[in-house]
Amino acid sequence: MLNAMTLRRIKMAFVPPKESYPGKVYAVQIGSEQKGVTVGGENVLPFHAFEGITPNRPVIAYEIQDVPPNDWPEEVQKPYKDVSNDPVSWAKFCQDTLKAGAIALRLMGTHPDRENRSPEDAAKTVKDVLASIEVPLIILGSNHAEKDASVLVSAAEAAKDRNCIIGKAQEANYKTIAAAAMANNHKLIAMSELDINLSKQLNILITQMGFEKERIITDPMCSALGYGLEYTYSVMERIRLAALTQNDATMQQPILGDVGMYVWKVKETQASEVDVPQWGGLEDRSIAWEAATATALIIAGAELLIMRHPAAAVAVEKVIEELI
Amino acid sequence: MLIIGEKLSIIAKKVREAMIKRDKIPVQEIATSQWKAGAGMIDANIGPAEDGGEDLMQWMVTTIQEVVPLPVCLDTTNYKAIEAGLQVHNNEKGRPLINSTSNDPERFGMLELAAKYSSQIIGLTVGKGGLPADAEERASLAAEIMARAAEYGVPLEDVYLDPLVLQIATSQDHALKVIKAVRMFQELNDPPMKTVVGLSNISNGCPKPLRPVLNNYFLSLLMYEGLTSAIADPHEVAPTVKTIDVILGKTLYAHSYLEM
Repeated sequence: MLNAMTLRRIKMAFVPPKESYPGKVYAVQIGSEQKGVTVGGENVLPFHAFEGITPNRPVIAYEIQDVPPNDWPEEVQKPYKDVSNDPVSWAKFCQDTLKAGAIALRLMGTHPDRENRSPEDAAKTVKDVLASIEVPLIILGSNHAEKDASVLVSAAEAAKDRNCIIGKAQEANYKTIAAAAMANNHKLIAMSELDINLSKQLNILITQMGFEKERIITDPMCSALGYGLEYTYSVMERIRLAALTQNDATMQQPILGDVGMYVWKVKETQASEVDVPQWGGLEDRSIAWEAATATALIIAGAELLIMRHPAAAVAVEKVIEELI
Repeated sequence: MLIIGEKLSIIAKKVREAMIKRDKIPVQEIATSQWKAGAGMIDANIGPAEDGGEDLMQWMVTTIQEVVPLPVCLDTTNYKAIEAGLQVHNNEKGRPLINSTSNDPERFGMLELAAKYSSQIIGLTVGKGGLPADAEERASLAAEIMARAAEYGVPLEDVYLDPLVLQIATSQDHALKVIKAVRMFQELNDPPMKTVVGLSNISNGCPKPLRPVLNNYFLSLLMYEGLTSAIADPHEVAPTVKTIDVILGKTLYAHSYLEM
């Protein structure tokens, strides 16, 4: 029989095994010195603070658009209905009322199949938004490789020296966008489509242009819960393992999860309870869908999230608070 | 895998002359070029250096570390020169490596230095009795060296076992024995023992055009068996090291992996 003394000794003798890793994620600072944020900087797997250093918590950027969000589902239009007609009031609402730590402006209106707004229009929107907020800004194109090249060049110039993140640079257009980000002192999102080797290759190509590897944010492409989330999860996890365990300098960039855009187009965030009663109420369900997707990705290794619904963002902040 | 740049050796005329004249420029050029080609450590081979070895090794270590952010592999049989080198070695650039001890009692002093300066050390698997006959004899010499290291207070993870590569032109059967020894060395401890080879010795005495061919293919086989490090010419072996690391899954593949 073990007596209490022996038991205590056994307990005291137990030291949980600790992994240590040769690599470290780059700490990337965005925005101004006073109101800016830093992502990355850890030398351990996500939330393994007990094994090393995790100097910065994951950051959630609230997504806004240059045009009204008519393409967003009803549920996620609602919280912004009074402000989303104008990107400036929308941005201010996110910063002042929702206390967003960062804002992601998607220049959706520049897409040729949408309003086809010009690079000059985009530049003006960027300037107006930047003039009205203090938190860091992420500037995103409309995901049209060709149009993005011209739009993001103008946007990068309009935001010169404001230390924004410009994106997304892809295999087809990275040269122009990376050059614009470099010339105007911005950080850059390098996006590849769920392919770990291409993700690494794109980082190498951008670095070979003279763009510092410590100024890149990697976007391995997001996917929503139920729609390939496990692929995104695996790729992110593999990137982190290469960064930490193999000390791969081409994979040590912070990772972006562009969550909102992928979540708010699946049917689970749109089908009404009347049509699918077994799925429960639409509002709770759609918010939970975005929160669950985002939570999975911060656990896989994402340090920066772009999200849409304020309630989902708040839920994820709570998870971060508990895990950190 | 760690490449220990072999080019700063007294055997090379240019290096020998620079050592005699204390001319920093050629030494620093060679060190820098090896670092850029992928060396993670620079070997400083000053030979037996019976006269003035201490001063020469100190000069080599500081001259090399002035220009590259790497540790130095101190390569001489002169015990005092090793100690002198360890005294000036900048450990912020990585821990030094003593080249070498063996199972010859005359070389045990090197273990004492490794313990005193917290240096890593190469254990060459030879003893007083001449060259090892096969892999098994190499492994038994390795076990002796490990026991000796423990006795002197050198942690086993600081010991790099060297199976002694022999010339293929004169000792062809030893090539395979060396490969087998690298596998056996790792089984002598958990975590596995570290290993190192003087790679280009395999092609010593062979026609010049053949040397890189022999060195690179031999290195591939050794890496497959888990070799930790090689004293080699980084310009010559870097593509092999990078490619085998990719094939073995130690580096993530990307189209430009050779350029990294």
